[in-house]
Amino acid sequence: MVLELERVTVVSGAQTHLYGVDLRLVPGAINVLLGPTQAGKTTLMRVMAGLDRPASGRVLADGNDVTGVSVRQRNLAMVYQQFINYPAMTVFDNIASPLKLQKTAADEVKRRVHEVAAKLHIDHLLQRRPSELSGGQQQRCALARALVKRSSLVLLDEPLVNLDYKLREELRVELSALFADGKTTVVYATTEPLEALLLGGYTAIVDKGRVLQYGPTLDVYNAPANVDVAAVFNDPPMNMLVSDLTADGTARLPIGIDVPLERASARAVRRDDRFHIGIRPGHLRLAPRTPRSVAVSCRLELAELSGSETYLHLHTRQGGVDLVAQLQGVHQIDLGTQLDVYIDPDELFVFGADTKLLSGPEAAHGAH
Amino acid sequence: MARIEFQNLAHAYAPNPATLDDYALQPMNMVWEDGGAYALLGPSGCGKSTLLNIVSGLVKPSEGKVLFNGRDITAMSARERNIAQVFQFPVIYDTMSVFDNLAFPLRNRKLPARDVNQRVHEVAEILDMTRELQRKANNLSADAKQKISLGRGLVRKDVAAILFDEPLTVIDPHMKWVLRRQLKKIHQQLKLTLIYVTHDQVEALTFADEVVVMTNGLVVQKGGPEALFLRPDHAFVGYFIGSPGMNLCPVDLDADGLKIGTQHLQLDPHTLDALKRANGTLTLGIRPEFVRVVDESQSGAVKAHVLRVQQLGNYQLVTAQCDGHVFRAKVEPHLRVGEGAVWLKLAVPETVFFSNDERIAR
Amino acid sequence: MSKPVNQKAWLLVVPVFICVAFSAILPLMTVVNYSVQDIISPTQHVFVGTEWFRAIINDDDLRGALGRQIIFSACVLLFEIPLGVGLALAMPASGWRASASLVVLAMPLLIPWNVVGTIWQIFGRPDIGLLGYALNRAGIEYNYTASPAAAWITVLVMDIWHWTPLVALLCYAGLRAIPDAFYQAAEIDGASRFAVFRYIELPKMRGVLMIAVLLRFMDSFMIYTEPFVLTGGGPGDSTTFLSQYLTQKAVGQFDLGPAAAFSLIYFLIILLLCFILYNWMERVGKGGPATAATTLPGTEVSAEALTPVDTGDAHAR
Repeated sequence: MVLELERVTVVSGAQTHLYGVDLRLVPGAINVLLGPTQAGKTTLMRVMAGLDRPASGRVLADGNDVTGVSVRQRNLAMVYQQFINYPAMTVFDNIASPLKLQKTAADEVKRRVHEVAAKLHIDHLLQRRPSELSGGQQQRCALARALVKRSSLVLLDEPLVNLDYKLREELRVELSALFADGKTTVVYATTEPLEALLLGGYTAIVDKGRVLQYGPTLDVYNAPANVDVAAVFNDPPMNMLVSDLTADGTARLPIGIDVPLERASARAVRRDDRFHIGIRPGHLRLAPRTPRSVAVSCRLELAELSGSETYLHLHTRQGGVDLVAQLQGVHQIDLGTQLDVYIDPDELFVFGADTKLLSGPEAAHGAH
Repeated sequence: MARIEFQNLAHAYAPNPATLDDYALQPMNMVWEDGGAYALLGPSGCGKSTLLNIVSGLVKPSEGKVLFNGRDITAMSARERNIAQVFQFPVIYDTMSVFDNLAFPLRNRKLPARDVNQRVHEVAEILDMTRELQRKANNLSADAKQKISLGRGLVRKDVAAILFDEPLTVIDPHMKWVLRRQLKKIHQQLKLTLIYVTHDQVEALTFADEVVVMTNGLVVQKGGPEALFLRPDHAFVGYFIGSPGMNLCPVDLDADGLKIGTQHLQLDPHTLDALKRANGTLTLGIRPEFVRVVDESQSGAVKAHVLRVQQLGNYQLVTAQCDGHVFRAKVEPHLRVGEGAVWLKLAVPETVFFSNDERIAR
Repeated sequence: MSKPVNQKAWLLVVPVFICVAFSAILPLMTVVNYSVQDIISPTQHVFVGTEWFRAIINDDDLRGALGRQIIFSACVLLFEIPLGVGLALAMPASGWRASASLVVLAMPLLIPWNVVGTIWQIFGRPDIGLLGYALNRAGIEYNYTASPAAAWITVLVMDIWHWTPLVALLCYAGLRAIPDAFYQAAEIDGASRFAVFRYIELPKMRGVLMIAVLLRFMDSFMIYTEPFVLTGGGPGDSTTFLSQYLTQKAVGQFDLGPAAAFSLIYFLIILLLCFILYNWMERVGKGGPATAATTLPGTEVSAEALTPVDTGDAHAR
């Protein structure tokens, strides 16, 4: 299904939840809605589902205006973060319920329920009640109920957030596999950037009731349209430095170093503007990567080891800026150590005074 | 602050536990040093919250003893034990201001008003909440409320330990970074004994000096982040720690190496000897961080077929299949990994071997 | 935000609308009509404008009934709300004891109201009533047909016996919705039982308490059957409350005009007092520092929605 939103605005009382959203989802792909809590992701999904009517704007399904159409008449399925199942019915009846409503023949119902249950590894639990299942199994039951309908649109509102992180990993892989055939348009809401990257597909960045950017996930990641997108789509958060332009067209960073700007960026920034330079935590390194790398002297405030990675919380000597660096592997460094981290000018994100992206590192390395 | 010790501690909900399965917490002995930061890590239902409640006094263990600084406090109530607990969702007294919330534990213990005032201001300073002291606690954000919950624990100078039960569950990913940093700073500044329960390995590993990994009521390993990562004592630890976890593959011994399906993996003689001496089902464990994707056949490498390559910013995740076994590898973001056949070097120094799921020391 | 518009639902409302129109709106219009007429006989009536309304405001008997009514409702609230809260706190939280106490508590609510009046009427009689006889034997002069004080006390005690269970049940439901973690935190903070009540239980019961107060106020302000059966409004008119006075006027004396006028005023008084009460309670909840919680128990920091449901340990706790 090709789902389109045109200038959708949602208002509740005095509060506006969505400001004029324009979005055209890519059919048959996983579309991730990425944004912090209270950004408007759930509101957006509810409008897509037809559960709420926008104050203005239109919702189009395959070109038809479905803005006023009730959710019962639309061909879609939805899965929520709280594992929603009919508590009095068995798992089999839960999964079969949409088919029964559609008046499908009994043996067809049985066949399809078994098929979907097998795909989600709960076919041995069909006679249990939801209260007898673990959280992961309950969510699988909810998923099965959503999938058995074979709708062309499936909406998933942070479905894994109430599960253990290991279960989350496993289900994420399964979800990707389930939707790999490209027949269903999937909308998946999440607050974690890593989930967006793991699911692939397309990502829409939602923040404070607006869709800031939409495109193939990697493109949005490598080229965030503005400072807000960069803030949302990075975990740990991108280091943002408010910088000035010097007379000879270099960027003066508050941490005491000057970095040459590409001519295109330098032209776009006027002399008196203050603009942002973003550095990903993963691009702060302990050793220079290229001859052009610049050293920044810092004091280590805190080192966090997460097994496969080390996060360093640094405080620069000049400018007193707090930076976060993400290093691969385990690095045991004493607190209070003075050390140098290296920045590669090719890896900087330059945002103009209007916070829009002027240049980023993606062009330098070539996309995959 | 207290040194916490468990002697033959176990807990079963049914009156007469017959087998180990009947225990919610299997018999264990452990020591937690004064001023240390410890994490209890494990999946849901592993017993970590039960253990935490035994420490706080909200649950009385059916067997064994708990000692604080050598004193048996098993029979004492939560109030008498002098511990503080921060729960999953912020627990605040919504009729009171932030100041009154923080002062509450001190006022209940009948401290003079001047001392209360001074102490509350000290703690507010540590938590960076001095500006919010006069505001009504109910109107603040979730992370501010959690800080208040934490503050109520910090405000008592003589508190034996502070227990955290998945405290960052309701916090936004952005604020998690800020709060974790503050928690670590508080730990360094005040040298408190902190015990943190979570199912999130990143939280556990970044927070604690030592992590206690649990599953099904059993303590599987206790160690620092590096030890857990590089030398897991149990296959479960290998699987649970790391995102994605360790690649675990059952293997068979043959003349000069291992057999994975139909493929042969050459091993050095020393390792081979250690494996031959072990009795039991052999499993090879290698973390995706250490699997090397190479272009051609090498000693210690097997041929695999690439299923999927995912770009994840700091690295690429390669999923490949070797004779029915799926391996994941983390490789450099800029390495070109094509579709089709690759060679995975699995016999590296960081590889561990398990016999009946227990690590074979080499 | 509004749901997609579906006009067909209005058709379902029409039968209800017709019923309400016949049973409530048309009769109400009739009452309004009567209130501005002098009805001399069923066929003779004269328009008198606001004469009845003016008469009512100057009627001493009415003022007396209104005064008694206000005192009665105030006493009812004063006794029943704290007692109901206390009962709810004392009730066990789970197990068969909880079910048993709920059943026992609910029994007075199930008795038809005139039977309630009859029970207490007999109960209080000095000759054959258990209570009346026992009190008089113990030396206490008790006769509700002769002494206004005794009559008042009996009516009050009867109402408390009858309706406190409702308050208790509502508060019990409110208490059960409080997550365990609050009690645990309070215990760890060293809070006394009273502090737990004041800072955790009472704020979180605010929603149900509001319902209880409004319900009890409205019902007690309109009370008719029980005091009528018990004392008949006596001795004299010492327990004649507003609705009985109104009925006497309308049915007894067949003075429909003033009765109709008074009904309207009665209706407006209740409406006004409820409105004031409701807004006051809302404001106490929302505004100012150190005031009660604004949210109903369990809604704002909803433990159910926020904690991972898959925490097997939570059930084991």
